Amino acid sequence: MEFLLSSAIGLLTAAGVYLILRARTYPVVLGLALLSYATNLFLFATGRLVLDRPPVILALANGYTDPLPQALVLTAIVISFGMTAVIVVMALRSYLENGSDHVDGETHSEDRS
Amino acid sequence: MNHWIIAPIVLPAIMAPILLMAARHDVVLARIFSIASSVALLGIALALTMMVSDGIIVTYALGNWIPPFGIVLVADRLSVLMLLLTAGLALAVLLFAIDGSDRQGRHFHALFQFQLMGINGAFLTGDFFNLFVFFEVLLIASYGLMVHGGGAARTRAGVQYVAINLVGSTLFLIAVGMIYSVAGTLNMADLAIRVPKIAAGDQALLQTGALLLLLVFCIKAALVPVHFWLPGTYANAPAPVAALFAIMTKVGAYCVIRLYILAFGADAGAASWLAAPWLLPAALVTLTLGMTGVLAARRLGQLASFAVIGSMGMLLVAIALFTPASLSAALYYLLHSTLAGAVLFLIADLVSRRRPGQDDALTVAPRFAQLSLLAGAFFIAAIAATGMPPLSGFIGKLLILDAARDSANPVLIWSLLLLTSLLAIIGFGRAGSTLFWKSTGEPGHFPAAPENNTLSLVAIGLLLAGSVGLTLFAGPLTAYLDATAEQVFATRQYIEAVLGNTVLEGGIL
Repeated sequence: MEFLLSSAIGLLTAAGVYLILRARTYPVVLGLALLSYATNLFLFATGRLVLDRPPVILALANGYTDPLPQALVLTAIVISFGMTAVIVVMALRSYLENGSDHVDGETHSEDRS
Repeated sequence: MNHWIIAPIVLPAIMAPILLMAARHDVVLARIFSIASSVALLGIALALTMMVSDGIIVTYALGNWIPPFGIVLVADRLSVLMLLLTAGLALAVLLFAIDGSDRQGRHFHALFQFQLMGINGAFLTGDFFNLFVFFEVLLIASYGLMVHGGGAARTRAGVQYVAINLVGSTLFLIAVGMIYSVAGTLNMADLAIRVPKIAAGDQALLQTGALLLLLVFCIKAALVPVHFWLPGTYANAPAPVAALFAIMTKVGAYCVIRLYILAFGADAGAASWLAAPWLLPAALVTLTLGMTGVLAARRLGQLASFAVIGSMGMLLVAIALFTPASLSAALYYLLHSTLAGAVLFLIADLVSRRRPGQDDALTVAPRFAQLSLLAGAFFIAAIAATGMPPLSGFIGKLLILDAARDSANPVLIWSLLLLTSLLAIIGFGRAGSTLFWKSTGEPGHFPAAPENNTLSLVAIGLLLAGSVGLTLFAGPLTAYLDATAEQVFATRQYIEAVLGNTVLEGGIL
């Protein structure tokens, strides 16, 4: 399970970093979304990987998993969801105003050069 | 428990929805509410200053959950000083904005209040996940303010600004996760206790996390090599917003001061003074690059942006020395550079509005309305920003030079500081003489200013008066800042105030 989780985080991060370095806003937005997924998984792992343990007090529990990272991940999900919405709207507005979805606002004629 | 501490967060948090819902269609009503809120914030900040001025640290446990389990707000001299600066700057900027630029788009005042809530929260919190949340609050408000009024160049710069800050937020979360995974706490005071006890095998993870966090704060503070967002953002943002953003770079500087002295300072064992070897070279390069940018700028707004970068470099040089004397100098320079940076953006905007077609480009063009008045304001602002006597920039620079005398390489710091001052003086001198002096010789005249600008001029006057005030009261002020710096370095006092005095003797942990 450790290998599965860490490789998933690594792949998501690598794909995210590759995408945010692209010149168009759409891949950049996707890259930021992938990075935020990777971060959420990473935060989840900071409480150590535990199977079948409750996060809150239970009379019959043999042990507990750390509840705090789960709360952090919830907060992070809400914030990154909101932020993704914001950047989508901003990117669309920039596309409409500049006539180009290039992050530096270059027009289509310069694309293939 | 003293409830006044949370007022700087709650007041704008209540005011912003009221502005959003009740005063949506009525500009006059929105302005009245907004100004009233800012005046009240200034009053609260002054009251809090009175409260902490005798050196006590006041804490506020939200929901009465005992720290380190609950979130805690901490008001000490440093955080209250920052609150006071924010409130003062916000009031002046708001006066400038209600002179017309708040009408260029919608919801300016609501976003402005949310921005203040985020900034105040970041200064008050004693918990670094909460710090992340307040960072997001201030950032999401700043995204809205940044593109206020719209326009192609502004939205393009806005997208870049949002993207870089989202990357910053991602790094922040990763860093917080790394630190939590080895320290098991998110409370800054609790972290300060646990850092020295971290096992040698976990040190790498802890220090990587702490340095990633430093990188995030450096993005906020626009330090080289992560400064690229600043010139585009500030030069394209509406003037009052750019002026308010002058405090946002200081949020990064504040976080560096707070966390890297408290948790990674003298008592941190293997991780002690973790930030210093990275911060000092970066700050020196930032200073050089910023002031070179001042020399190379083609527009007044650009010049002001690079002046802000240069001043952040200067500020962080002083912080990176990590001594009480250098911190006191840094705090003085922080107060000064916030006011001087903000007023430059406001002046650039007034000049730009009076020169249709030329805007704020540094070109020789015909005379424009109120030329001598704006020239005078720019002259005073430039003296302050470049650090010439007799204004506050000079005193700030002198204090930093004095504090750098006992550092490891005083020759390098002194020569760079003085050389970059020369660059800044040449840059500002060239800009001022082109815009104001040579233009008087040109035939013709730009049309008179379309609107009445009294409030804008009052706002500029207030900020300049702030700089003069910093100079006149430099004596008592530096005494107060010395005490502030000593309180920041007395980390034990902070930890006891937050966690109770049994903790350090190994009581409850």
